Amino acid sequence: MDQVLLARIQFASTTIFHFFFVPLSIGLVFMVALMETMYVRKGNELYKKMAKFWGHLFLINFAVGVVTGIIQEFQFGMNWSDYSRFVGDVFGAPLAIEALLAFFMESTFIGLWIFGWERLSKKLHLACIWLVSIGTILSGFWILSANSFMQVPVGFEMNKGRAEMNDFFALITNGQLLVEFPHVLTGALCTGAFFVAGISAYNLLKKKHVEFYKASMKLAIVIGLIGSIGTALSGHTQAQYLVKTQPMKMAAAEGIWKDTPDPAPWSALAIIDTMKKENKFEIEIPYAMSFLAYSKFEGGLKGMETLQKEYSVKYDSVVGKGTNYIPPVKTTYWSFRLMIGFGVAMILLALVGAYLWRKNALDRSRLFLKLLLPAISFPFLANTFGWVMTEIGRQPWSVFGLMTTADAVSPNVSSGTILFSIIMYMLIFTILAGVMIYLLVREIKKGPEMKHHSNDKISTDPFNKVGA
Amino acid sequence: MELSELWFVLIAVVFIGFFFLEGFDFGVGMATRFLARGQTERTVMVNTIGPFWDANEVWLLTGGGAIFAAFPHWYATMFSGYYIPLLAVLLCLIGRGVSFEFRRKVDNPKWTKIWDWVIFFGSLLPPFLLGVLFTSMLKGMPIQDDMNMRAGFTDFINVYSLWGGLTVTLLCFLHGLYFLSLKTVDDIRKRASQLAKKVIVAVLGALVVLVVLSYFMTDIFEVRLIPEIALVVLIVLAYGLSWYFNTKQREGLAFTMSGLGLAATISAIFVGLFPRVMISSISKAFDLTVYNASSGAYSLKIMTIVALTVLPFVLGYTIWSYYVFRKRVSEKEHLTY
Ligand code: HDD
Ligand code: HEM
Ligand code: HEM
Repeated sequence: MDQVLLARIQFASTTIFHFFFVPLSIGLVFMVALMETMYVRKGNELYKKMAKFWGHLFLINFAVGVVTGIIQEFQFGMNWSDYSRFVGDVFGAPLAIEALLAFFMESTFIGLWIFGWERLSKKLHLACIWLVSIGTILSGFWILSANSFMQVPVGFEMNKGRAEMNDFFALITNGQLLVEFPHVLTGALCTGAFFVAGISAYNLLKKKHVEFYKASMKLAIVIGLIGSIGTALSGHTQAQYLVKTQPMKMAAAEGIWKDTPDPAPWSALAIIDTMKKENKFEIEIPYAMSFLAYSKFEGGLKGMETLQKEYSVKYDSVVGKGTNYIPPVKTTYWSFRLMIGFGVAMILLALVGAYLWRKNALDRSRLFLKLLLPAISFPFLANTFGWVMTEIGRQPWSVFGLMTTADAVSPNVSSGTILFSIIMYMLIFTILAGVMIYLLVREIKKGPEMKHHSNDKISTDPFNKVGA
Repeated sequence: MELSELWFVLIAVVFIGFFFLEGFDFGVGMATRFLARGQTERTVMVNTIGPFWDANEVWLLTGGGAIFAAFPHWYATMFSGYYIPLLAVLLCLIGRGVSFEFRRKVDNPKWTKIWDWVIFFGSLLPPFLLGVLFTSMLKGMPIQDDMNMRAGFTDFINVYSLWGGLTVTLLCFLHGLYFLSLKTVDDIRKRASQLAKKVIVAVLGALVVLVVLSYFMTDIFEVRLIPEIALVVLIVLAYGLSWYFNTKQREGLAFTMSGLGLAATISAIFVGLFPRVMISSISKAFDLTVYNASSGAYSLKIMTIVALTVLPFVLGYTIWSYYVFRKRVSEKEHLTY
């Protein structure tokens, strides 16, 4: 197999793995911070119990999130050195700032939070978890600003064959970032919310710790509503932006080969034939595509065949004649649909939850509670499909309009080496995932019981001279 | 000073910070095998670094990020060139990172034992590998005219780099022992200090050999004679003093001195490199330097502003967290990890 393919497989698998843990960390720590806030404000021990129990689960997840992130930081140089040379000037800055601004904050205050229950005042301890939450969000912001540059390059000029930054402000106000960041963030809220909701539902079904899990469920419903409706709204703004900046990705995501009529229908299902460049069978929702793309019921979209011609005129001088600018259509099309499908399912579930809450029947509708169990997986799947659509849909570009993926790879790393590292990562990921699931299940079975231990009264000052 | 030169210094500072801080928690990880008698003691040791190790590791990530941002060519050449050693470092750090969190999540000595072994190897190998990496960089690697490094086994692994790896490992081990004597009570504290008295002999021996090898294998004494000699003196002085303070049971000072020694050792590497960032063993013309490997002036300016604004805060809350957890750790209290 060739290096490019292997490097892509490695990047895809390690980031997707990293991104299982990321949104859960971001979403869950935000909820834990809310729980602890309620505890500090109301003094109700139930909320402390909640913060501790969900905090425990968060920590297990966080640990894996951290270690899988380290790979990402190194990976650009290891597998994509030509890419790093080409964009390092622009791309390195957000990464360095992320470490400086976000990772230090996350890791220091998480240490203070874990070990500080008995050492810090209630308010300081609460401040720590909020700082962790802010840290995770900031870290998302900076890495997404790097990713947005790859989708829509801004704030740079070409100099001796390299992209050099000339406007930092443009980089962090990139239109792509402004639509991508809210979408990823609300997606993370969904992830936290449906995780808490699912586990609470499981216990409510078994009638264990009813009061505890009902309170957790209520918070989950609030966050789940905000998150799921938020992803749909921000996803809509992304689609509108996408039509303007990467029309080919949008056309592929919709399976549009020839220019659409005006107004354009939205394709709900289609059997796509990439060889003949046509769709054999299609279920369409009239007007919907025009609405998704332009927020009004008119306007057509260009098809991939038209766009291929337009791109050739524009970009053949950059990458050479005869380049195929059409990304893998089926993958893009189906991942887009799956993301939206899970998104809609989550909105419905959150709405039903809110309705049952108002009827005071949260723990009585067994069907609803049962549905919440598989729903734990929905946000994880939606997140993954979202990224697959975004990244695969960008192909053949690595940096849109500037550099193709094939040119980005390290020229001095053999495919054998990459293959070896993929095998090692997969091995360790399998172990990590197994252990983590085992531990989560254990903790969940143990439930929110709290052991009491506060006998650290021994004062020993290390700065004392000779023995203390 | 040009901004690219400033960034070389800043990156050196970040790596000094990394070895000073993560150095001791690597050392503590090694001590869990060489010093601890049984699981309870191991638990105490792990808990001395509990609140700190993650933030300490971020110094490495910051170093990597800063190299990427300020010297994209350095980042690209080094990370793709040192592929396998870095893969090994990554695997170790992954295992080690989760082990702290996992080790006592199940009440079963066998479970804990597995993770403790991971902590041990995860703490032993990275300093060794990073030592190999830095010393082989100093010796020079086969970097070609396209700035890419295509190295064979003996470029990575030779007497000099192996000795470099060994020395860095020993320095971290000693640093960790001092940290333990500073942060524990009673028996562990005494034994840590006792063992440090033996390890320091090995450290001094390793350092002397490394200096001699450096004289023959690298050009650092040609390029920067006076500063390197000054640093060697400083290193020896620092470790000598740490020995002295350790025998006088001034643990805080002994720890500080070994930190200073580590800092001076890393400085010696960076001083020897400057103004090169990667030395080509093929031709001087292929060296990567702070001038031909750096980002543009604008990018460096932005980075400088950000770094100088944010770093004081980072240092501030880092120091505060060490202050909050200044107490010694003993098995009588509740141990989180
Ligand atoms: C939208 C959010 C997001 C995205 C797209 C990524 N990450 Fe991430 N990353 C986080 C959000 C995050 C986080 C929430 O901040 C994590 C996850 C869990 C955690 O512990 O922190 C984290 C951890 C984490 C760490 C460990 C930090 C530590 O030691 O504390 C590193 C080095 C990276 N990430 C680097 C990356 C890189 C280079 C990515 C690009 C390919 C990437 N992450 C994608
Ligand atoms: C319900 C309607 C939704 C719509 C209309 C929508 C729309 C979009 C669009 C257009 C993109 C591609 C952006 C680009 O390539 O520039 C995208 C990406 C993405 N989506 Fe969605 N989405 C929806 C729901 C969700 C849900 C529920 C989640 C997760 C919980 C999610 C997670 C993601 C992620 C992680 C990405 C990749 C990052 C990004 O480009 O923002 N989406 N979405
Ligand atoms: C964490 C969420 C992310 C996921 C799940 C994800 C997923 C993917 C996938 C599936 C690919 C492979 C596409 C292909 O080669 O066909 C890819 C490629 C890539 N992505 Fe992402 N991505 C994520 C975030 C990012 C971010 C934040 C950046 C930049 C900061 C980034 C930079 C890249 C690069 C450099 C490549 C390799 C070159 C390329 O294939 O274009 N990704 N990613």
